[in-house]
Amino acid sequence: MNSNLQLDAKGLSCPMPIVKTKKAMDTLVSGEILEVQVTDKGALADIPAWTKVGGHAILGQSENAGVITFFIQKA
Amino acid sequence: MSVQQWSAADVAKKVINNEELFILDVRNADAFEDWKIDGHKFEYLNIPYYELLDGVEGILAKIPTDKEVLVVCAKEGSSMMVADMLAEAGLKAAYLAGGMKTWSEYLEPIKVGDLTGGGELYQFVRLGKGCLSYMVISEGEAAIIDAVRFTEVFLNFASEKNVKIKHVFDTHLHADHISGGRHIAAATGATYYLPPKDAEEVVYDYEPLVNGTTVQIGASNIDVGAIYSPGHTIGSTSFVVDSKYLLTGDILFIDSIGRPDLAGLAEDWVEDLRETLYKRYRELSDDLVVLPAHFMIIDELNEDGTVGKRLGELFAENHGLNIEDEVTFRSIVTDNLPPQPNAYQEIRQVNMGKITPAQDEQTEMEIGPNRCAVR
Repeated sequence: MNSNLQLDAKGLSCPMPIVKTKKAMDTLVSGEILEVQVTDKGALADIPAWTKVGGHAILGQSENAGVITFFIQKA
Repeated sequence: MSVQQWSAADVAKKVINNEELFILDVRNADAFEDWKIDGHKFEYLNIPYYELLDGVEGILAKIPTDKEVLVVCAKEGSSMMVADMLAEAGLKAAYLAGGMKTWSEYLEPIKVGDLTGGGELYQFVRLGKGCLSYMVISEGEAAIIDAVRFTEVFLNFASEKNVKIKHVFDTHLHADHISGGRHIAAATGATYYLPPKDAEEVVYDYEPLVNGTTVQIGASNIDVGAIYSPGHTIGSTSFVVDSKYLLTGDILFIDSIGRPDLAGLAEDWVEDLRETLYKRYRELSDDLVVLPAHFMIIDELNEDGTVGKRLGELFAENHGLNIEDEVTFRSIVTDNLPPQPNAYQEIRQVNMGKITPAQDEQTEMEIGPNRCAVR
């Protein structure tokens, strides 16, 4: 999947993956896509929950060797 | 205003002393609904931390200024962030070091009572998970029953009390938490006992714990005697300590009874459970004080923080001991059971010695309430 911005939040623990995701998202315009990679397991539930609160959409989510990747489209 | 850090022990004191506390839990709603820090006089507000990234102004009105405020999250990071924001807004706020992970692991040793000849019985209350472990002490010797996996707590307590751990028991093969029993035995040279009917698949050596197994602790002969009492598992065994206390494992709790399904055989074991609760236990003295291996709700704690009640009172008050009709009983303990404990199948595998996960994986496996009872 193509994205407009990539964010590496691997190795960071809660709350930093979400804090960084939010900051990155603030730089995008509506319809653009952020790709974020995290390793903190808490983010697995928290990123979708945060996305929902902001009205954004998760277009894709995958896990590979402990790295979770989300594609989030800005509302 | 500066941010304070509280330890799990600080929070445990608030619970046990029935003090007031306002908890701002910043985990997501599902996690909060599932499991939180329970206190008799605690108030709660659950707002996930990711809704507070732009600031706490929106929730300031909901936070009392005349009460202590503790911010809690899963591990610690988010609660520090939110506590900082509250402090910047002029509120006095603390956060819980280590978060719910550390709360789940904290053990508070509380004395239950004195035994014959200067002996003592201690209950180790794991407030965050609802697990109860026991240590019987007498004349330089100790026995431990249903130890949780934090072996140092028991080893340190024994060395503080200057006693040698001689016998370590598990009342059954646990499904909700990882046992520290055989590791304590290995570290001290004590004998580790497990009911053989629960141990068919275990891959380590143990001493069979069967009906009538009795050990003496210290020279004054405090008896710890086993009574076969199946139902939660087919091997479940209870103990009578010093003819005063009945340690019921996961068969009988203060306000609930054991569930027969965690090893996958509810239909087979429901009659065993019935017979234990309605026949075997009824032949015992009403004056025995029941000490279970779990509590489910904070109301089961006594004034001093211990969990225990006279068997006679339980026969009168515990709903699970007052279901006359066998068909109704069968239905209550096999239909519509609450969800099973987190990772219960893997936890059984660990307790059988078949798998040995790293410490942080063990922590993850034990997250959440124990869910061993039917109410």
